Amino acid sequence: MSGDDNRTRFVVRTDRVPEQPASRVGEQRPGLLRSEDHDLCPGCGEPVALRMLLEAIEELGLGQDSIGVVGIGCYTALTTLMDIDLIQALHGRAPSVATGAKRMRPDKLIFTLQGDGDMVNEGLQEVIHTAARGESVTCVLLNNGVFGETGGHMTATTVIGQRTKNTPEGRDAGYHGHPILVTDIIAGLGGTAYAARCGVYDAAEISRTRRILRRAFETQQKGVGFSFVEILTMCPTGWFVPTAEGPEYLDQVLGSVHRLGEVKVDGKLVQS
Amino acid sequence: MTRRLMEGSEAIAEAAVVAGCRFFAGYPMTPFTELLEGMARRLPAEGGVCINAESELEAIGMAWGALATGARAATGSTGQGLALMQESLSELTRSELPLVLFNMARGQADYYQATRGGGHGDYRHIVLAPIDIGEAVALTQLAFDLADRWRNPVQIYGDYLLAHTSEAVAVERLDFAPLPTKDWAVDGSLGGSGASRNINPIGMTKGSKGIEPESFWKRLQAKHDEIAAAEARYESEHTEDAELLVVAFGTVARFVRYVVAGLRAEGVKVGWFRPITLWPFPAQALAEAAAGAARVAVLEQNAGQMIDDVRLAILGAAPVIPIGGISSDEAGFGIGPLLDVDVIRDRIEAGLAGREVPR
Ligand SMILES: Cc1ncc(C[n+]2csc(CCOP(=O)(O)OP(=O)(O)O)c2C)c(N)n1
Ligand code: SF4
Ligand SMILES: [Mg+2]
Repeated sequence: MSGDDNRTRFVVRTDRVPEQPASRVGEQRPGLLRSEDHDLCPGCGEPVALRMLLEAIEELGLGQDSIGVVGIGCYTALTTLMDIDLIQALHGRAPSVATGAKRMRPDKLIFTLQGDGDMVNEGLQEVIHTAARGESVTCVLLNNGVFGETGGHMTATTVIGQRTKNTPEGRDAGYHGHPILVTDIIAGLGGTAYAARCGVYDAAEISRTRRILRRAFETQQKGVGFSFVEILTMCPTGWFVPTAEGPEYLDQVLGSVHRLGEVKVDGKLVQS
Repeated sequence: MTRRLMEGSEAIAEAAVVAGCRFFAGYPMTPFTELLEGMARRLPAEGGVCINAESELEAIGMAWGALATGARAATGSTGQGLALMQESLSELTRSELPLVLFNMARGQADYYQATRGGGHGDYRHIVLAPIDIGEAVALTQLAFDLADRWRNPVQIYGDYLLAHTSEAVAVERLDFAPLPTKDWAVDGSLGGSGASRNINPIGMTKGSKGIEPESFWKRLQAKHDEIAAAEARYESEHTEDAELLVVAFGTVARFVRYVVAGLRAEGVKVGWFRPITLWPFPAQALAEAAAGAARVAVLEQNAGQMIDDVRLAILGAAPVIPIGGISSDEAGFGIGPLLDVDVIRDRIEAGLAGREVPR
């Protein structure tokens, strides 16, 4: 019975020959990615986010018109793979560097790539000022709730209860304070035109991440203000969870506090 | 070109614009504020941008981004604001970006900061210390040229008097030898070509695994050795038969020049020497100038900083004595009683007699 069903559902077409041989998604490397051979941990969410970023730029046809400004964290190691003009900034300082670049090259797509330690700890005032100024750049935050690079330490976005190397019993609000929900702060600023939070824990969210990045870049192209994308990424190493559990941990532990979705679109807060 | 009565800050801003500076960012602080105001007034009309940055950290970051696109860009503050910028300053040097940095200092106590730096790692930047507004106009233009030529930050060390006094000056565009094109600058165009750029301070190369800090740092060291050999600048007078050689820089040297000229007219065997570049320090020229002197006196407006470089230059050939010292007004802006020709004359006479001065 079921075999018959399958035969009717999957029709083998013989009238049209595909132009290209079938290939897996993994073989369709974006033109802005030099190689997939990265040195980050297995199960890390950052290479996935990077791929969505490069694909979004490519979809918009901006591969030869983009300049990235990269912070310091595990993602810094990905810069050798990015076939895109880059400026390496200091820890926390990418938004002001992006500002200077954009003011001299207003015709280019200028984006930052920063982690939560970089953006929300070391350089929070930079991103807030850049947003408030309505600077026509896009800041991209890879939020894994830890300093992955230093070995899994608490950041300003670490959620209550999350175990890190310096919160071994879990982050305690009374002792360690509360996490900063940075997209919500950024969305509240007058200069911000677009702000959204997404994650890379499953295929649907990964695709949405690419669409959200596109919308942020389109916002920049329209020149209507600051755009901001927070991407929740897996860090099984820094979370001390098995690699396979990373996506679920991201969804349930970080995602339940840093809520996913668009927060501001076309300069207007999205009602939730 | 006709001369015009201009305040130092205005003249320096004008010189920067004439030199092609098209981006400036700064955060107000006396006596740097008027330079920022001048840039804010002048740059938009030239198609440039001046941003009133939210902090000194962000000011230098913005200049960093502008420089990376190939623009001529500058920032500045007083020594205290520069203290905040030190991490960026050292990494900008390693990114080989041609920043021009103005320290409108409160006196001369930022000599160590300017020449040793408070940033991390092995790095050097050229420091130019103008004696007056006319020279500041020339050295500001030279700073942009040297920065591009060496792909290295250049600092202008000024002060309150330079920023706030007015003199009749003509801001004329100076010509320099042609510079190489900035093919290293990012414009986005090389994306996807396999040859895209990454302007970075850690010796990172696209497509390679890891970084090679040692060879990268050694290459920078070699460049700094070249700068040291090529760019030392100085001025001196009456050194041939001087029994006492007085060493001073910047505004203080202007007082010294005047006093020494007066003493010479009276037949006193005194000469003076002024480093125009604080780094590279003109050590060899100073050693030669001091060759016949019985004593070398250092007149600087601080607790004794440049005297280290003077001693390293003289290498024990003559006693090196301090005749300057800490001297400030009530606000701490560096307009102290030392900045007075009678006081400086007393100090130089003490130096001639081998008397210690109160410091
Ligand atoms: C001024 C400064 N302080 C500290 C460091 C050390 N450091 C390097 S990466 C890092 C944390 C990065 O965290 P994040 O931005 O969240 O990136 P992740 O590694 O998690 O991807 C720190 C603290 C530094 N490079 N610079
Ligand atoms: S430590 Fe975390 S963020 Fe860093 S590479 Fe490993 S999984 Fe990724
Ligand atoms: Mg992180």
